[in-house]
Amino acid sequence: MKKVLLVAAFFLTAAVTYAGGYRVSLQGQKALAMGHTGVAVVNSSESLFFNPAGLVYLENKLSISAGVSGVFSNVAYQNEETGAFARTDSPVGTPLYFYASYQATDWMAFGIGVYTPYGSTVEYEDDWAGSHLVNNIDLQAIYIQPTVSFKLSEYFSVGGGPIYVTGSVNFNRNLNRTLTDLDGNRSEVTIDASGVSNWGWSVGAMFSPTDRLRIGANYRSEIILEAEGGDADFENIPNSPLTPFADTQIDASLPLPAELSVGLSYEFCDKWLFAFDYNRAFWDVYDSLDIDFADPNIPDSFNPRNYKNASTYRFGLQYEATKMFTLRAGYYFDESPVQEGFFAPETPRNDSNGYTAGLTFNVGERFQIDASFLYLHFKEVDASYEGYTENGEVVPFEGKYKSNAFIPGLGVTYRM
Amino acid sequence: MKHTVKYIALAAIAVLASCEPEFEDSVEDAGFYSSGDANLSTFVAVGNSLTAGYADGALYITGQENSFPNIMAQQFAKAGGSETFTQPLMADNLGGLLLGGVQIQPNRLVLSVDASGNPSPTLLEGNPTTDVGNSIPGPYNNMGVPGAKSFHLVAPGYGNVGGLPDAANPYYARFATSASSTIIGDAASLSPSFFTLWIGNNDILGYATSGGSGVDQTGNFDPSTYGSNDITDPNVFASVYSEQVAALSAGASGGALVNIPDVTSIPYFTTVPVQSIPLDATTAATVNAQFALYNSQVLPGLVGVGVISAEEAAARMVSFSEGVNFPIIADDDLTDISLILQGPPFNLPAPTANLLGQLRQANADDLVVLPASSVLGTTPDPSNPLGVVGVSIPLEDSLVLTATEQGRVATAAAAYNATIQGLASANGLAFVDARSALAQVAQGGVAFDGGVLSSQYVTGGAFSLDGVHPTPRGYAYTANLIIDAINNTYNATIPKVNIGNYGTVTAANN
Repeated sequence: MKKVLLVAAFFLTAAVTYAGGYRVSLQGQKALAMGHTGVAVVNSSESLFFNPAGLVYLENKLSISAGVSGVFSNVAYQNEETGAFARTDSPVGTPLYFYASYQATDWMAFGIGVYTPYGSTVEYEDDWAGSHLVNNIDLQAIYIQPTVSFKLSEYFSVGGGPIYVTGSVNFNRNLNRTLTDLDGNRSEVTIDASGVSNWGWSVGAMFSPTDRLRIGANYRSEIILEAEGGDADFENIPNSPLTPFADTQIDASLPLPAELSVGLSYEFCDKWLFAFDYNRAFWDVYDSLDIDFADPNIPDSFNPRNYKNASTYRFGLQYEATKMFTLRAGYYFDESPVQEGFFAPETPRNDSNGYTAGLTFNVGERFQIDASFLYLHFKEVDASYEGYTENGEVVPFEGKYKSNAFIPGLGVTYRM
Repeated sequence: MKHTVKYIALAAIAVLASCEPEFEDSVEDAGFYSSGDANLSTFVAVGNSLTAGYADGALYITGQENSFPNIMAQQFAKAGGSETFTQPLMADNLGGLLLGGVQIQPNRLVLSVDASGNPSPTLLEGNPTTDVGNSIPGPYNNMGVPGAKSFHLVAPGYGNVGGLPDAANPYYARFATSASSTIIGDAASLSPSFFTLWIGNNDILGYATSGGSGVDQTGNFDPSTYGSNDITDPNVFASVYSEQVAALSAGASGGALVNIPDVTSIPYFTTVPVQSIPLDATTAATVNAQFALYNSQVLPGLVGVGVISAEEAAARMVSFSEGVNFPIIADDDLTDISLILQGPPFNLPAPTANLLGQLRQANADDLVVLPASSVLGTTPDPSNPLGVVGVSIPLEDSLVLTATEQGRVATAAAAYNATIQGLASANGLAFVDARSALAQVAQGGVAFDGGVLSSQYVTGGAFSLDGVHPTPRGYAYTANLIIDAINNTYNATIPKVNIGNYGTVTAANN
């Protein structure tokens, strides 16, 4: 068990991706196939993430779910005034999840989950038009959540647990639009912090007034990753007291916002299940990305983000087609937390529509294979980032963005 | 079965990886930008240092990469132009030039900060590696040759290494196709489909930067007799210029002709204030006492005998007062009275007579050149603390461009510009009014998304540390001007660049 966890954690460090801000909604193939609904769905140990209160309703003594997604995400940028054009060449992300739940008594279940709800990997070509904002970023956060779930009555259950987060960030950008060394190489900085950890918590409740209807709510707390003593590596800096950029340490903090989910699921015509989730992500905590350089000669970097709280509306449908196959489909609308004038190319997210589908193949009594597919569609958007200044003057970075993401996923469920 | 699954998976990954998001109207699509009636498939730029990308007193790789023709070529490529634009790149970013291992052109200037924190332009140290003897024969798309005057473009042998240093140009000697080739001939051999021609600046600039030390050759139609600081006769200019336009436009779909900016637009002439000598009342009185005889007796006496006019006498009066004063200067347009002063009735000793020979006090119409900043107010002879440049020693003629000399420069430039504009309109070519555009930069500046582009030395962003040539940002501004003119003339929609993305002066300490 411990070994499985370690292996999972190892793979998770390669985790990545997509959704409003740097939220990555890929926390279970069954749920994802249904539009990533699950706060009021009980069908696997994925509930550990979606609503810990649901774990106690699982029918088996032991339920384990694990899976991986392949994130193929692309961003294109263009500025029609200058003809500038860029395409990201981001590596394929492979976020994973692992959940195990154990039914201790008929009123209590324990579990542990490892998942990656936040992350981002975006790679532009070095020195592209927006390189003074970002060349590349790789942000990872691994959540480890021991969980307990209690059935308080026939109709009502609660669950929750502490969350331990360990994260890392690697961020590279050019110092400004023009500074170079004598040979014309753009001056740049790489910020690297890893092993940044902190604690948070998750709590949920589920109400099942009838056999068919479940209503759920879940709240996952905000966690601020405080990177202290990270490294700032300056490259291609001219040899001049006018440009006093020497390698130093940094302090910075990155918020992983709280998320509230409420929803319901309803079984009908025996084989059908409908689910609806509403997520509210409290992004307003992400006001500014400030980097404090230890070296007093280097001015601190203030990068306003000014995110707003954002909602996601999720709809899912499940159909138990045969004994062998369960089919799922879903849709969600993901509202971007980015406000007008703060569209930074490091997380180029406008509102998106997610279309999902998937199936479960019952290999035997105990073993299932879960497959899902997500297509995330972003409309072409005219946007600008107005948080960058030169000599005290705001220099907007403007252009059109067009993004998409294709995310196939595969998972397994084991029950006994 | 297992293999099939694997192949399907691999195929799926390949498909997903290739599903790039596409804009409804992508700037990458052919036809998004149009070159209109112009054919941009072979773009050739002909001219002098400005075309070559010269900056900071030198030609070096990053400067060349930011030459206005190279910036334009990259924008042309977005409108159907060629992706390649060749330039005779230097071997390094130091910028110095060698001939047979001996340095003949200095390295570039960089902005260095001294121990007390004062920034100043300083020659970048290092051993340059570009030797004129290492020929890299062209022709190149960028046929800009630093130092070239209008008539040099059609002069055979201008690229003959054997003709150095006086009869040839080291920059052209590096990449001339033969010892007898001409710049315009090499350019025309590329069969340009589109061209820019910006020449004539050096036909007045050498005269101007040398404070009018050369000769105004207006009326002399033989450029082979000209010195390097002379003003080219406007008829000579018109003749060679029309020849060049004809050669370049012979097979071209079009081109752009750029006119000559005013020298008063560049920091080389506007940085050092002419009123620059601070004196207290006592010192002013002492100095005035030394010029009392000159003012009250010598000048009226010379007027009396008809050697100089009353007007000239008035201009030659020297008077200092408490506050910031105009320096005394030597002006070779004044009557030389040094010999007369040595004779009766003045009988002045030769050194004093020579000092007063063409002396006057500067006035608000004079322009003091940038190098004068390191001379004004200094005492060149340490044993004589009273010998102060500008107070008791006149500022050399070569460091002041007087109003008279400015007039000659302006007259010649106006004649050249009339030729340029006339030939542009006669040949249906785009006309680029760089003169007006640079005047705008000099007078108040041009706003861009990161501030204001101005001619202020070092800080204005438009001019490099030599005070004459643009920075990359200044060249980007130039490229935009020319693109504007091309778009207007040829119904094209070539996109312009954001000049805020281009750098200015380079800071570096040796």
